[in-house]
Amino acid sequence: MGLNKNKATNKEGGAALATDLNVVPLKNRIRPYLIVAPALLITIGILIPFGMAIYYSLTTYTFRRPIADFVWFRNWIRMFQAKDFWNAVWVTVRYAFWATLVEMLLGLGIAMLLGNTNNRFSRILRVALIFPLMVAPVIGTIIWQLMLSHGVGIIDKFLNLLGIYGMQWGASKKTAMLTVVMIDVWVNCPFVIILILAGIQSLPKSPFESAKIDGGSGWFNFMNLTLPMLKPSILIALLFRLMAALQEFGIIFSLTKGGPGDTLMSLSVTAYTTGYMYQKFSNALPYILVLWYIVNKCASFIVEKWRISQYQAAGKDVEVEKKQRFWHKFIKSKDAGSAAKGA
Amino acid sequence: MKKLFAMVLVLVMALAMVAGASAEVNWKEFEGTKLQVMLNQHNYQKAVTDYGKLEEFEALTGIDVEYSVTPEENYFDKLNIGLAARNGDPDIFMTGAYQVWDYASAGYMEPLEDYINDPAKTEASYNFDDFYAGVVGTLCWDCIAGHPVGEGSQYAIPMGYELNNIAYNWKYFEENGIALPEDTDQLLELSKSLNGWNGEGSYGIAVRGTRNWATIHPGYMTLFSTWGGKDFEVEDGRLVCKLDSEEAIAMTDYWVKLVVEGSSPQWATFTWYEAGSHLGAGVAALLYDATCNGYFQNYPAGASAESGNLGWFPGVVPAGSGLTAADIKSNVWVWSLGMNSYSDNKGGAWLFLQYFTSPEFMLFSGTEAACADSPRASVAESEAYKSIVGASYGYLEALEVLLPNATIQFTPQPYFFETTTTWAATLQDLVEEYRTTGACDTAAAMKALKAELDIAVEDIVCE
Repeated sequence: MGLNKNKATNKEGGAALATDLNVVPLKNRIRPYLIVAPALLITIGILIPFGMAIYYSLTTYTFRRPIADFVWFRNWIRMFQAKDFWNAVWVTVRYAFWATLVEMLLGLGIAMLLGNTNNRFSRILRVALIFPLMVAPVIGTIIWQLMLSHGVGIIDKFLNLLGIYGMQWGASKKTAMLTVVMIDVWVNCPFVIILILAGIQSLPKSPFESAKIDGGSGWFNFMNLTLPMLKPSILIALLFRLMAALQEFGIIFSLTKGGPGDTLMSLSVTAYTTGYMYQKFSNALPYILVLWYIVNKCASFIVEKWRISQYQAAGKDVEVEKKQRFWHKFIKSKDAGSAAKGA
Repeated sequence: MKKLFAMVLVLVMALAMVAGASAEVNWKEFEGTKLQVMLNQHNYQKAVTDYGKLEEFEALTGIDVEYSVTPEENYFDKLNIGLAARNGDPDIFMTGAYQVWDYASAGYMEPLEDYINDPAKTEASYNFDDFYAGVVGTLCWDCIAGHPVGEGSQYAIPMGYELNNIAYNWKYFEENGIALPEDTDQLLELSKSLNGWNGEGSYGIAVRGTRNWATIHPGYMTLFSTWGGKDFEVEDGRLVCKLDSEEAIAMTDYWVKLVVEGSSPQWATFTWYEAGSHLGAGVAALLYDATCNGYFQNYPAGASAESGNLGWFPGVVPAGSGLTAADIKSNVWVWSLGMNSYSDNKGGAWLFLQYFTSPEFMLFSGTEAACADSPRASVAESEAYKSIVGASYGYLEALEVLLPNATIQFTPQPYFFETTTTWAATLQDLVEEYRTTGACDTAAAMKALKAELDIAVEDIVCE
């Protein structure tokens, strides 16, 4: 009887122990949520204004008359019909293309020079090159405006010495794009240099030493070793600069306000002018959303290229990796399908 | 009983009258409260913030004032956002008359007549009638598009006004025996001949040129109106753009030539600041802009390289028109203080507004803070003011000629910024075309502009 009683007690104790083991403490249960919470909050913080922007782009909301009558796609249709819109897209693309191209080429060239030399001059230059990055783009533009100013600017005076007079810079349709791109390059090229220079300094030395022993030329080393291994750093720099150049507002607006005429009326400048100067907020939002779409597509494309370049830099076979990813996705979707059927 | 009632009534009325007569402004009524003030970078702003007057106001009222100062080119964009938020910040802001058409019709601006006429809120010495009627009237509107200013509620109080005329390097003209131009042909020829007057890079005439409404309203609009041009007219209760009229085309054609042949090659990036500073730096020989833009370069001594050397004349009339300087229709700009209708400290805001537009403050700003063009007759006619402003060669004389015909030359309407900025963009296109090809099709451009602006204002009903 007593034995039986003991047996029964052991059985109950075992069940209780099993139950205790299954109970996950509260702090462990909420930990995943706490870890995800900041990211979730930020995502919500981004998604709410984004959703509101889409909503208000379908209404008549203006700052002057804050009533949001729903008009469906009227603002969008008007935008696509307006020649201003296509001009704005063209200006945005051209600006982003030239600014990014020059910054990448110049940044790569200067980074290569600085990466391969280590004397007092290059050390001073590495520090000095960071200075423009410390200047806000609008302040940088004002500095350039003063330097280029007709009759009083230092660059204008210097050009006068060379026999060049009356340069119009931002005041002419022919040179306005060149001028804003030039200022953008001055402000942002150091960012590209720093990123690529960091990439150069982290390159392994052994492949270069082997190439040297094999008698590889400088150009051969650059094309076959440096560039492929630097590709991830280059693509990261390209990603940041292209995204920022597509959205550029400060330099263009503070120098020319989008002029002369509509020469520099990019998507962001047109949206600002329509939304804040004319107070037609719902008319401005489609411009911003189109800009978001363009930036998003460009960024996704570069991120994909960057991912591939990382595999290549690590010596992995991209094709094999692609196939693996494909089968992984395929199996996952099959599992999900059979689980759904089972349910 | 009737007698008793009558006696009580008389007694009550007498008490009320005594109370009314003795109503005084309690400057401490809003002690401990806070005011947000938004100011445009200007001498009028400096008079408020840089000479200790703000501290005096804070000591007098016990109100804590926080203020921001923004350059003119971005000031109104910032103000637009602040007012559109409808949260009462700023309580007080600097504004121009054109902005009243936008802000008042949107319900952002507090009508001020109830404050002005209430002896418990406004000192008797404030003397509102002391303001020039033509100046203070530009800030008065009935909020109906197409209706002229001067009727309706008073939405702001002037800090100073600006007419538009021509400032020039008087010393250089005198030394070289150059006669002042009287008509547009003479001005064009003179401007061309003055290119290089002070060395390489110097040029004839400075005017504003950015892709902004501010390019149109000073010299351009003054000459445009004198030429007989109109921006809009009301037809069948709707606004109809008149920028394709013969006068508008001829004047714009002339202006394009003046810019290309006699102004800076960087005209399209010129704001108030560039235009004025080029006159002060001795780069431009003439400036067609607001009266006080050149004044700030001339006074006080040392304000610019050419301070003390600048003079003024009323401007020019269209060649062959038979008009004289007295017929010039100068466009008016009025810097003023307005109150946010969403402010939750309107009483305190009115004290601020009253203090910084009072006769005492305006005499100070006009005589000690380089604020020319006082809107108060008592200040403008005072010997102290005349002796300072009158020392600038031809300044007061030019004002005297222009004042009778000076008014806001634009048609009041709430889309002013959009229509006038589009107008400036067209002007830039024409200048570029003329500079590049040596000719431009002004008529076609103005007709296209008219069509664009007719669409822009199509939803405005003038009733």
